[in-house]
Order: sequence, then structure tokens, then C-alpha cells
Amino acid sequence: MTLSVTPLVASAIAAAIPLLIAALGELVTERAGLLNLGLEGMMLMGALAAFVAITHGASLPWALLAGMLAGAAGALVFGFLTITLQASQVATGLSLTILGAGISSFLGRDYVGYRAPATFETLPIPGLADLPVVGPLFDLNVLGYAALLAVVGVWYFLQRSRLGLHLRSVGESPAVARSLGLRVNRIRYGAVLFGGAMAGMAGTYYALAQLKMWQEGLTSGNGWIALALVVFATWRPGRVAIGALLFGGVTALGLWLQTVGVGVSTFALASLPYLATIVVLVSISADQQALRRHAPAALGKPFFDGD
Amino acid sequence: MTPPLLRLAGITKSYATVQALAGVDLDVRAGEIHAVLGENGAGKSTLMKSIFGAVQPDGGVIEWEGRPITIASPVAARSCGIAMVFQHFALFESMTVVENVALALGERSSLSVLASRLTEVSSRYGLAINPGQSVHRLSVGERQRVEIVRCLLQSPRLLIMDEPTSVLTPQAIDQLFETLRRLAAEGTAILYVSHKLDEIRRLCDRATIIRQGRVVGTADPRQETASRLAELMIGHSFPQTERRAKREGAIALEVAGLDVPADGPFGTALRDISFRVRAGEVLGIAGISGNGQSELLAALLGSTASAAHSVMLGDRPVGALGAAARRGLGLALVPEERLGVGAVPEMSLAQNALLTAYGQGLVQRGVVAMKRTWAYAERCIADYSVRASGAGAPAASLSGGNLQKFIVAREIAQGPRVLVLAQPTWGVDVAATAFIRQRVIDLAANGVAVLVISDDLAEILEICDRVAVLASGRLSPERDVHATHAAEIGRWMAGVFIDAEVVAA
Repeated sequence: MTLSVTPLVASAIAAAIPLLIAALGELVTERAGLLNLGLEGMMLMGALAAFVAITHGASLPWALLAGMLAGAAGALVFGFLTITLQASQVATGLSLTILGAGISSFLGRDYVGYRAPATFETLPIPGLADLPVVGPLFDLNVLGYAALLAVVGVWYFLQRSRLGLHLRSVGESPAVARSLGLRVNRIRYGAVLFGGAMAGMAGTYYALAQLKMWQEGLTSGNGWIALALVVFATWRPGRVAIGALLFGGVTALGLWLQTVGVGVSTFALASLPYLATIVVLVSISADQQALRRHAPAALGKPFFDGD
Repeated sequence: MTPPLLRLAGITKSYATVQALAGVDLDVRAGEIHAVLGENGAGKSTLMKSIFGAVQPDGGVIEWEGRPITIASPVAARSCGIAMVFQHFALFESMTVVENVALALGERSSLSVLASRLTEVSSRYGLAINPGQSVHRLSVGERQRVEIVRCLLQSPRLLIMDEPTSVLTPQAIDQLFETLRRLAAEGTAILYVSHKLDEIRRLCDRATIIRQGRVVGTADPRQETASRLAELMIGHSFPQTERRAKREGAIALEVAGLDVPADGPFGTALRDISFRVRAGEVLGIAGISGNGQSELLAALLGSTASAAHSVMLGDRPVGALGAAARRGLGLALVPEERLGVGAVPEMSLAQNALLTAYGQGLVQRGVVAMKRTWAYAERCIADYSVRASGAGAPAASLSGGNLQKFIVAREIAQGPRVLVLAQPTWGVDVAATAFIRQRVIDLAANGVAVLVISDDLAEILEICDRVAVLASGRLSPERDVHATHAAEIGRWMAGVFIDAEVVAA
């Protein structure tokens, strides 16, 4: 039994990509001050929509669009309840997860076990893809490349663009932002919908790029890991990417240990990423200063916009 | 005659139970500096918010250049050319100075261009700020500079300033006044809301005095005495603080060679701070916030530990002890930030009383004695005539002056041996200020050692026996307040004592 690094990296990246996509969306939502715990639900809705679309003859781009729209639809429900009606974000987000899981398993029951007729396949970049260790970074499918670009894009949007500045200010203090004339609720809806669309894309990745078939609850709790990632990364896109790779690495390690057959229960190995989440969250929380410095000050607080 | 730039007629505004404005008339001409005088709760801030579009009046007319207008929002106000420096800063903590400015300006210029404009304007008006710094690292004084510069960058036609000088040195106030006079000479109208009567008399051309939502008079502040203006404002004669005979006792608080590291990368480290406060005297530490005040306060309170013998309460070394242990030894403290440090905004006054006064028999066998707690809070409210609906009122529902009176009451009622007050009257109205200052003087006369950390020089000179200045983390020599004057203290505030040889008085 030898541990060859490159395949391990490849499987770490494969596991990291959907986490990265979902976490970047959630990061933008949270930077606007909204805590959407419904990530898992939106991912499942997106996964189902994409799978149904592809099964009924849609092409891959249309299936992706369907997945993203389904995620955004879930986010719209969340946005309406929490932004317009100012319901509790925590309760609404949890309900959205339950709703997404319920809808996807109910509407998806006829598709269980079906294979997807078309799937996202890797598009290796000639030359680069054969490099040792880092090669797998250049051997991704289109969603994977999009995820990497999105890291830079989200960073640039938040730190360099005017709209990003507006979005951050809304997450810091919606009352002040409003007094400066910003359309707080409009910006928050935008952030929530972006988060939903990204969650839908992550779901699409699970359905059409990773499992390539339908099974109930196919995101297997990764929405929660993506949520934890945002905190782990203290709301910064670059760190989300590092964190996603780390969690992907732990997942890959668990899978590898299963294949080489160490004498540990596979269930224990499969729980590695979740254990890692707990360990990392606890160690992050130890640095209260960093958390407070980077956390959006208005995160999770309802805001009444307008008279 | 040309119409005034801004004219208000019969402005009314009611909230659920109170009438904040009961028909206010006001006119402001281009190029004048117009004072709005009034106590907290008189309706000044509601009036200013109506002009700035943050509050919609129930009735009355607002005319801008002779035409009636509705100012629907701060954005509309800004597009008219109305800018406002708030007393409670409207800044985003986690963002940099330049990002904050960019948000308010709403222009499409890049941050680096804006940063250089900001540096230029801030140096032209003597309001030094670093555009790249994060706001949460700035002191109260520096934050105000950001607010002012942010307004100046908008080239406003009417500039509203709400209590702007509370955090500036006398020299910086002179500089600000210079700026304001220059702006006025360029044709900008300035509405200057303040309770500092001497400043209004130095700066303003006209004054409108407001009491209980009504205009009670207009005056030329340069022609009136300060006490006459104060009487108009509070409706009865101006309370004067009265000094009591001093009986100095043993040293109750001693700080010796105290070094404290900076509170974060933009904080100020304290270096070799030494002073003594005897029972029965008031020592004042002047200086602008951000020069080590928060570090000193943390070291005195015990939220920052230091070498055991660097802080002594009586003959007990307490430098290594925590806040509860120090309070147990007779230390009481009124922090600078009322909401958030001095009191928990969402909690009732009774619960807030419990937070520091738990040692007064409010907790018995580990259980909160609700009746006693309630009675303790009610006693504080009654003794200090705090305007509140009762001990159950949330701290955030009180005006600044009333909450401060409550916090001072809560601390003094514990019968401390040493009382430390930071910015005790910041943003507090005249009557409450005089009241608090008198209580502090009386407390010292009864044998308590009092330390006042304040950037209000008039306050230090009024209530303290001796004064020293904290600048850049160092403490200046001490002076008897009768043997010094504002100009000397002002120079020290700018740090002049540090490198120069100080000639003994």
C-alpha cells in the first residue's frame, strides 16, 4: 500500500469544488448580513432540478440553469420571509433545509437509481494537467474552473467594486447604509439570490458531475460543511478556497483509507470531514478577536427598511 | 432682500407619547454660523433630523431658497447640499476611512483618487487622518475627524454640526472654528448644535434657543452672557458647581511605572505612567481620546492585567487582580462608552444596577434579590432625578444625560473609596452635566479619591484639584489647576512636554 499523492489531490479537489461553490455563495449572503442556514436545502433543490432537466432531454447548460434557478427560488422564499417579513433568519433557514430535503426526496422518488444521460466531464488543460501534485487543478470540469474563477471574482467584487462596498456596508450596519441612501433590501435580495444560485450550482455538481445519478439526500450534509467553511474562512474568499481544499482533503483521505482497507469502520472514516469541521470550528472560535473583526456586524439581525 | 437659504415654519413632530417639536420656526442664511441651543430632549436632534431628511415632520413648512420642499430622505438632503456631522457617528467599523467616505459620497471615483483628495482636505483643515486605516481602530476623536472631512468633501451649502468639539484640543477647536469661519465666508451656512456656551459665543452669529420643542428665543450670542443663554435654555437659573473645602487624606490610588502594551496595532502603548490620588481630592487627566486613555482605563479597571505593584488601591497591590476583585476593594468606575460598556442597552435599569452593584446585598446565597435590586435602581433614579419610566426601563430608552446620571448614581451608591470617571459628561446636557460635576466634587469632599479622565478641558479645570495630560501614551507633569491655564494644557495635549525640557513652575 503506497500513498501516491496526485490521485489523492485529485479526489480532494473533486470533493472541494462543490463545497467551494456553495460556500462562496453563502459568503456573499452573509457579508450582506443574512445568515441563510438553508444551504443544504437549496443545494438539494438545485440538484433535483438539474437532474430532472437533464433526464427530460435538456442540454448541460440548461440543466445547470435549471439547478441554479431552483436554488435561487429557495433563496427567494428565504429572502421574502426574512427581508420583507423580517422573520427569524435561523428558523427560516432551518425550515428551508427541511423543505428542500422534503421536496427533493418527494419529487425525486421516481428518479432514484437513474443514471444521468449527460454529465459534466473533465476538460484537461494540455501540458498543465499532467504536472505532478498540482496537475489535478488543471483537470477539472467546467464547474470546477468556474469555481476557481469565482474565488477571484467574489474577492474582487467585495473588496474592489463599488457594489461590493455597498453590500459590505449593508452587512455592517443596514441603518447607516440606509441613511447614506443605499437600497438595503434590494442589495440583500441580490446577495441572497446569488447565494441560492451558487447553492443550486453546487447541487448540480453533485448530481451531474460527481454521483452522475439520482439518490435521495445526495448532498449528504455538505451544505452544513459549506456553512461552517464560511466561518472557518472568517468571511474571506481566499480562505474559503483553502478551507474547501482542507475539507476535501480530509474526505479524500477517508475514502483512500477505506480503499486500502484499514481496520476501522467505514462509517467512522466517512465521519472524518464532520469531525474535522468540529475541530476547526472550535479552534477558530478560540480567536474571538479575529472572529469579531471579520464577522459582518449585522449578521443575522432583522432590519426594518423604510417607513 | 433675498430669502434665507433655509426657512422652517411651524415644524411639529410627535412620537407615540411625546411631542418632540411643537411648532419650531428657524431661518438660516447663507454664510452665517447659526447656533441651535437646547438641552438634551429639547428637540434639537429631532429638528436636525427633520432638516436632514432622516425624520419626516408631522406638520409645518420647510423652504429651501424660498421654495417649499419636502426632504424625503438624507439622500434628498445631500442632493440639496445639506451635510451633517452626527454626534453618534455613522461609520462602518470594519471598513477603512476611505471606504467609509466613498460610501457617503456615492461618486464613481476610485478609492486611490479619493484617498488623495481626502488627505488633501484633511490636511488643509488640520484634521489629520490616515485614509487606509480601519475605523474600528480609531478613537472617538479620530472618528469625528472622519465624519467632518467626509462632509467637507461634499462641498455642502448647509453644514449641520451636532456637538462637534467635545473631542478636540483647544488648539484643534480653534482650528475647526477657523475652518468653519472660512466655510461661512465662502457662503456655506452652518447650523451649530452645541451646549458649550463659550464656544457658541465665540463662533456663532445668531442663536436659536429651543426648550421642550419650542423656540424660546433668538439671540446674538456675542451680546449675551453665557449664564443668560443657559437660563434661556434650561428655563431657570444656571446651576453653578460649588467647590468644597478640601481635606486630603492618605493615598488611595497609586499608579507607579505603569507600562501597558497598545490595545491592538493602532492603539497607544502606555509608558511609565505614575500618579497618586489622595482621599478627598480630584485628579484630572486631560488629553484627547486615542492617546492611551482606553488603555489606562482598562489597566485601572482590571480588564488588562499589569505588574502587581504598578497599580495600588490603598496599600494593596492590585495590578494583577481582575475587575471584580478591584471593585471588592472599593474601586468604582464610570466608563467612557455608556451603551455597551457602562450599561447593557437592552437590559432594564434594575438589571444594569445589578451588574456592578451586586455586592450591595443584591445577591443572596447565589440568587438575585429582585426586590432589593429594584429598590436599589429606584433609589438611584430618585436621588439623581433620572428621567426614566422606572427601574424597568431599558437602558437604551434613556437619553445620554439621564443614562449617565444613572450610571454615576449606581457607582457612587456603592460607597467607593476610589472613583474613576472617563468622559463623565460627554454628550450630556447642561443641567445633567452640572449635576454630575457637583456630585463628583461632593464625593471628594467626603473623602473619596476621584480620578477624572476627560478631553473636556473646561470640565477638568472646573472640578479637579490637580491636572496632568496624557499624550502619546505618556503622562505630563502635574499642575495645580489654579497654577495653569488652557494654553499650557493645550500644548501638553499636543505632546509638547515629551521632548522639551519642562520648566518647573
